Amino acid sequence: MGSTNSTLSKIPNVEELVQETGFTPAHIVRLYDRFEALDKEKTGHLRPQDFGAINRLAINPIGDRIIGAFFSPGQETVDFHSFVRILAHFRPADKKRPKDPSMPEPVNSRTSKLKFAFQLYDQDKDGKISRAELLQVLRSMLEMQVTEEQLESIADRTIQEADLDTDDAISFEEFRKSLEKVNIDHKMSIRFLR
Amino acid sequence: TYNPTYTSPTLQREGGSMEQEMGELRRYRTQSISRGEFALSDSFYFYRKGLESIVDDQVTQRFSSEELVSWNLLTRTNHNFHYISLRLTVIWGLGVIIRYCVLFPLRITLAIIGLSWLVIGTTLVGFLPNRRVKNWLSELVHLMCYRICARGLSATIQYHNKNNKPQKGGICVANHTSPIDIVILANDGCYAMVGQSHSGLMGVIQRSMVRSCPHVWFERSEMRDRHAVTSRLRAHVAAKSNLPILIFPEGTCINNTSVMMFKKGSFEIGGTIYPVAIKYDPRFGDAFWNSAKYNMVSYLLRMMTSWAIVVNVWYLPPMTRQEGEDATKFANRVKSAIAHQGGLLDMAWDGSLKRDKVKEEFKEQQQKMYSSMVVGKKARNSQEPHTESTRR
Repeated sequence: MGSTNSTLSKIPNVEELVQETGFTPAHIVRLYDRFEALDKEKTGHLRPQDFGAINRLAINPIGDRIIGAFFSPGQETVDFHSFVRILAHFRPADKKRPKDPSMPEPVNSRTSKLKFAFQLYDQDKDGKISRAELLQVLRSMLEMQVTEEQLESIADRTIQEADLDTDDAISFEEFRKSLEKVNIDHKMSIRFLR
Repeated sequence: TYNPTYTSPTLQREGGSMEQEMGELRRYRTQSISRGEFALSDSFYFYRKGLESIVDDQVTQRFSSEELVSWNLLTRTNHNFHYISLRLTVIWGLGVIIRYCVLFPLRITLAIIGLSWLVIGTTLVGFLPNRRVKNWLSELVHLMCYRICARGLSATIQYHNKNNKPQKGGICVANHTSPIDIVILANDGCYAMVGQSHSGLMGVIQRSMVRSCPHVWFERSEMRDRHAVTSRLRAHVAAKSNLPILIFPEGTCINNTSVMMFKKGSFEIGGTIYPVAIKYDPRFGDAFWNSAKYNMVSYLLRMMTSWAIVVNVWYLPPMTRQEGEDATKFANRVKSAIAHQGGLLDMAWDGSLKRDKVKEEFKEQQQKMYSSMVVGKKARNSQEPHTESTRR
């Protein structure tokens, strides 16, 4: 007989995962089922192709980058723990959690979410979004719909607006500042139903 | 119509369209959205949508069984199962004994009788020369056999609107959930089956069926040639005395909560289309055949150890292709009618997405939508962007 408890016992280090990510055990079970559904060959790991099989993701203009976010550099597989940890970035913020400076920043705080979004742009992880990196993202989202000149002028304008120290790149602080009025928690969260 | 007991998916989805959401994301900026311009936060929309689809997506859902609100004592339909009480476990245990030790043997016996009779009966009828008597006997044999098989599945079928039943020389079109659909429909009328010729037991059955009345069996190689297929079906339909052909345009089994895109091939044959909606009641047994997960034999075993198969079949008024309507539009029209009647969701996705990767066109559509927000409605060159009637 299947049961939530037995699925939970299949997952190693569940307590740790709950603590770290803030997901409830029920959510983790849901994610585990989803992980297993994606892991068609039952290897216990997901590869980029397993994500590629999700159709809605395949038509997402930045789908490849999103998939890339799951894999650390040099890694070709992602296990369940890492899978959940990445998804934890998109958990809605816990309103009741007191701001305790001695505790590490929770993974779904505004800053963490912004950092995560920043990494989407900053692929070489040098702490800055260069013009070339910005162009790459723009190209993915717009592809053949605009000309190269239009792409470049959009990139120029964007950097102009956000770049405060005029180094022709956007640092994390500049990124954060330019998005200070955006309701990050609302826009970068996925809500589970139960 | 039947209301699906389909529970909501894992995620609470934002209902906004791309434009709405982008507008919200950009609200803090002084420029209006109609002026275009890119915002760093634009990517958040795609990011979130992407992650949502990783956690749960509408298409993959259609290819796994429906979840029930309350458990029907079958482990197989239980996803979030946890131990509730001893009493429930005991009842479940009794249920298992009844299903496996009492119902199952009875059903297997019936199924064997039914299939054997089909083979024997149709072969015998095949020896008869006379046209009219032969047809009448052939229908009798077919009906009898399918009725026995239906009993072998404990199928309770309710037919609605029998006055719309498919006529000779027509094409019957239905949504597809499992191979059992054929048994369900054939209980009430005789159809000419269309399909691939198999070897083994299926092949024996197919060959003997053809002896008593014409069915359309294709070799695998023939199926690739669409023109050959269409012309053979056309020839069958044109002979007005032939039984109506039975086609499932989705091309694959879907989990009976929605109807996926109909392949237009069936709608190019001409003739009158008789749409039929089939809706299974999931509380008694899950009829969906997940061909990735179960092969035919284990599927049939599961069917025979469920409580029952309870089905509603609606015959819809016949439809024909209108002037100036192309096959795709016609197919969609029929699909909507079937989905509406059966209480199923009318989905734009293609059933072949279960196996194939999605087409580039859909990605381009997303990019087009987004680009119109960034650079306004100016076209890229002086050419007009092509319209989106490109759904196959």
